[in-house]
Amino acid sequence: MTGGPPALQVNGLSASYGPGRPALRGVTFSAAAGQAVAVLGPNGGGKTTLFRALLGELPVAGSVRYGGAPAYVPQTERSRLDFPVSALDVALMGAYARTPWYRRIAASDRALARRALLRVGLGERAAERFGALSGGQRQRVLVARALVQDARLLLLDEPFAGVDRASEDAIMGILDELRAEGRVLLIATHDIEQARDWDRVLCLRGEQIAYGPPAPTLTTEVLEATYGDEIVVLGDGERAVAVQHHAH
Amino acid sequence: MELLHSGLLQRALLELVILGAACGALGVWLLHLRHAYAAESLAHAMLPGLVLASLAGAPLLLGAGGGVIAAAALIALAARDTRVGSEVAVGVTVTTAFGLGAVLALAPDVPARLGELLFGDLLGASTQDLVAAGVLAALVAGALALGHRSLCAAVFDPAAAPSLGVRPQRVELALLALLAVATVAAVQGLGNLLVFALLVAPAAAAMRLGHSVRSQLVLAAALGAGAGVLGLAVSAEVDIAAGASVALAAVTLYALAALARPAASPRAAGRRRSPVEALGTPR
Repeated sequence: MTGGPPALQVNGLSASYGPGRPALRGVTFSAAAGQAVAVLGPNGGGKTTLFRALLGELPVAGSVRYGGAPAYVPQTERSRLDFPVSALDVALMGAYARTPWYRRIAASDRALARRALLRVGLGERAAERFGALSGGQRQRVLVARALVQDARLLLLDEPFAGVDRASEDAIMGILDELRAEGRVLLIATHDIEQARDWDRVLCLRGEQIAYGPPAPTLTTEVLEATYGDEIVVLGDGERAVAVQHHAH
Repeated sequence: MELLHSGLLQRALLELVILGAACGALGVWLLHLRHAYAAESLAHAMLPGLVLASLAGAPLLLGAGGGVIAAAALIALAARDTRVGSEVAVGVTVTTAFGLGAVLALAPDVPARLGELLFGDLLGASTQDLVAAGVLAALVAGALALGHRSLCAAVFDPAAAPSLGVRPQRVELALLALLAVATVAAVQGLGNLLVFALLVAPAAAAMRLGHSVRSQLVLAAALGAGAGVLGLAVSAEVDIAAGASVALAAVTLYALAALARPAASPRAAGRRRSPVEALGTPR
């Protein structure tokens, strides 16, 4: 399901962390129900800023329209691995927003969390401590939490970074199911080749460089404008690798 | 069994059990949120308020509350200067407040001696003090129970917490407010310096031993209350200061917990990834 009216509409979005120059500006794109959008850009290019703006954490200019609250799936190492919660505890966090502070989490939500863990292939590991799971398994638990949230818009921050092959396949399968259910996925990634598999790509470098279907959008010119000297174009120009420079 | 026959000791025992349980549970969240420094700072910063209340003949609880509010305002004011930063702001404010409190306490008109303000006067607890401590401790326990889910989300995953309906900054502010309440409740009995031990040591021990957040909270409350009972019993037996004895008991329980359960493995304890994991799976 990749057609139909926009389920996510962003017009002229600018976002800043304080007074002064915005960290991200001029972002305009739309996504139909069931579409997966790869968000590409260098470190500091605005991927996280875009997500935080869509989550309502930053002051924004422009307009953003979507149905319901989005779910955010962060990179697993940003979670506190020493905090003693089980995989089921983490999945249950997806029900926090709809549970009044004076009520216990509903039995139906507990059942939903167990089903979500089953769906990501971790039904038998529900009682295991989150920090003791592998990176890929932890990422799947965070996806299960997003399933419990039942959001129409999911923001995934590099969901395949540092995960094992089995987890990657499992996450990919779940994302395909979510698209089939008509949910919109925004997937921040550094993997240009993987981005070619999604429905749309959004290239950011402090501002929007390009947006559209991968094949006509990911040209050498667009990639160079997005990554600058962090891009290496291979062979006949049809393959490119983003080389991330990390500060030490 | 002198504890069970003396009215003074009975009140002290009850106050310690109540405060130890509340401070222990609160301490678990303080340590998970890495606010041990704030716990120590708030306790020290209230000294001028305690001394002024003592000079004015006002209840020490009132002075402690005023001292905490004044210190929080000063810290917030100093931290607004980005060149200074919050840690330096806390350090400067607390040192200033503690020094000011010590100078004021040396005045000849201060009824309560500096030693009592710093190290507490457990055996001087009146029934009114006991009721006040009980109410404040109940407030802390109730707030922790009602805010359990928000605290879990704020500690575990602050980046995603807003999408779960939780604002981590508000949660941290609320926890610091509870810390102020608990410190005010405990400072009269345990003193300005020793209250920190009851906030941190039982929690640290429980975090070594507990396998879930709930078990850590229950253990910390039990260890806090246990440290109170043990410390008071030792104090009565060998005739040493009760507050100091309680603090030493709390630290001893932590040492035993550390011996029973040495530090966790690097993988479970931190964010570090192995080099292989950090590289990811080649595509």
